[in-house]
Amino acid sequence: MSTTTRQDTGVAPGGEQRARSGAVTHAKPPRSGMLLSLLAWVVGLLFALPVFWMVLTSFHSEADAATNPPSVFAPLSLEGYRTFFGSDPWPALLNSLTASVLSTVLVLVLAFPAAYALSIRPVRKWTDVMFFFLSTKMLPVVAGILPLYLFAQKAHLLDNIWWLILLYTTMNLPIAVWMLRSFLAEVSVEMLEAAEVDGASLSRTLREIVAPVVMPGIASAALICFIFSWNELLLARVLTSTVAATSPVYLTGFVTSQGLFLAKVCAASLVVSLPVLAAGFAAQDKLVQGLSMGAVK
Amino acid sequence: MATATAPASAPPARSKETALNKAGDWARRAPLLPALIFVIAMTQLPFLATIVISFMNWNAYYPKERGFTGFDNYVAVFTDTNARSAVIVTIVLTVSVVLICLVLGLAIALLLDRKFRGRGVVRTLMITPFLIVPVAAALLWKHALYNPEYGLFNGVLKWLFGENAPQPDWISNNPLLAIIVAISWQWTPFMMLILLAGLQSRPLDVVEAARIDGASTWQIFTHMTLPHLRQYIELAGLLGAIYVVQNFDHVFTITSGGLGTANLPYFIYQTFYTAQDYGRASAAGVVVVIGTIIIATAALRTVFSLFREESR
Repeated sequence: MSTTTRQDTGVAPGGEQRARSGAVTHAKPPRSGMLLSLLAWVVGLLFALPVFWMVLTSFHSEADAATNPPSVFAPLSLEGYRTFFGSDPWPALLNSLTASVLSTVLVLVLAFPAAYALSIRPVRKWTDVMFFFLSTKMLPVVAGILPLYLFAQKAHLLDNIWWLILLYTTMNLPIAVWMLRSFLAEVSVEMLEAAEVDGASLSRTLREIVAPVVMPGIASAALICFIFSWNELLLARVLTSTVAATSPVYLTGFVTSQGLFLAKVCAASLVVSLPVLAAGFAAQDKLVQGLSMGAVK
Repeated sequence: MATATAPASAPPARSKETALNKAGDWARRAPLLPALIFVIAMTQLPFLATIVISFMNWNAYYPKERGFTGFDNYVAVFTDTNARSAVIVTIVLTVSVVLICLVLGLAIALLLDRKFRGRGVVRTLMITPFLIVPVAAALLWKHALYNPEYGLFNGVLKWLFGENAPQPDWISNNPLLAIIVAISWQWTPFMMLILLAGLQSRPLDVVEAARIDGASTWQIFTHMTLPHLRQYIELAGLLGAIYVVQNFDHVFTITSGGLGTANLPYFIYQTFYTAQDYGRASAAGVVVVIGTIIIATAALRTVFSLFREESR
């Protein structure tokens, strides 16, 4: 289905193949290709439309944001952003940043050696260990949240960002182990052995043979761990209150029952989503690798 | 898991060699242990505690009545209409979201697997929903789109049909559907990305050969593309299900679990956090885990087969 159109644009390598596809293209009029491209554009725009709407609404005044039918061309205003930043969101944003960055670092520090022990010099029954790591992802957070809450209460860790950091590390560690293992499995064992024979130090082996293969995996793992930690609501909602509340918790408290709030909610939602949007757009391919835990490269 | 740390069963021939072997085994295990111990401590211990609490009569509002009650909490969970409804909602929510996302994701992946002007831009547009923080996305759907008075949907209806346009209350009329649509909007890009990667790993020369042999587009799709995609579909479905089963953000934000939309995560959250009934919440948690294990055991096998092929 895709091959004809793929070669319509003449990107097929090799003249012979292009000549061959020329004959095939006749089977399918170019107009249907145009229509499919148009459809792709329409679908893409439809999916992004709510986000565009959110951006536009966030730059309208509260009064203009709440009209029906909507006032698309109303004058732009920073009222929403002013209200949002005036409500002191910085502690929450900072908490989110701390929790996401530190838990991601912790995940990588723990996951890399583990992935090494599961691939390059694998322990016995390494598949069982991998299976165990994955099975913890199937264990719903709610199944353990009460003991985690009660323990925090006893240990005075409620409303403490460090407790959240440890839990986010737990949440993301299995994903990172799976990802890094799938990348480490591609490191050439012959080269490692050659390095050992030559008497290269461990740090040099890691730097020159392992790192080039694994760096993309580390980047993907970091991206996905950051996004999942930044997004997390349930644990943060239950385990924090005022001091350690993260941005998602802050967002849930941002809707007031009185007065108009649409513009400021859109502004707040957009600001809170910005780090994820920036990271995700910058590393689209890494996103796929990370989401599939390294199965799709 | 336990087997991984079991001592090596070396033959008792020469004790020196055995000791060396053991030392080597431990050297191999050492890098694994911090992560393994950390995960066990943070996931298995709380779950064990949940099991213990599930057999207790423990409500934080009545601390004096704390004690063991056997299976009372489980009986309560299975006879409680709210709990049963939460089970059904969870199943309906997960199955419908995963199916919608897979079908839409596959269709869009096929559209994006063609070369056309602006393909990169369309791909970026498609990914955008996934990059909105879930709470923010839920707020956006609830207030900016679904709201009956100033939401975009009713606004568009007024644009199209004038002042007398119908102005439905989207969330109250179809609360579960409203949540399903909002979640599907976020997870379709995820499925699409994995399926697109699958499509692009397809051997094109075989498809080309089949086309020259006179196979129709539909035949190529059903006999070549779909079989090739099977593992990717399974992977996307499984991973999507893992995340959607645990959805809390959308239910919490859009309906606060009202109007019959409370799923199991929300039900447990409410039982433990609002009602402070620790025993019953734990019993519900154990039931969720048992249900997940049953479904996941089958699903895990497919994931492993995919990884095995990738790492060949």
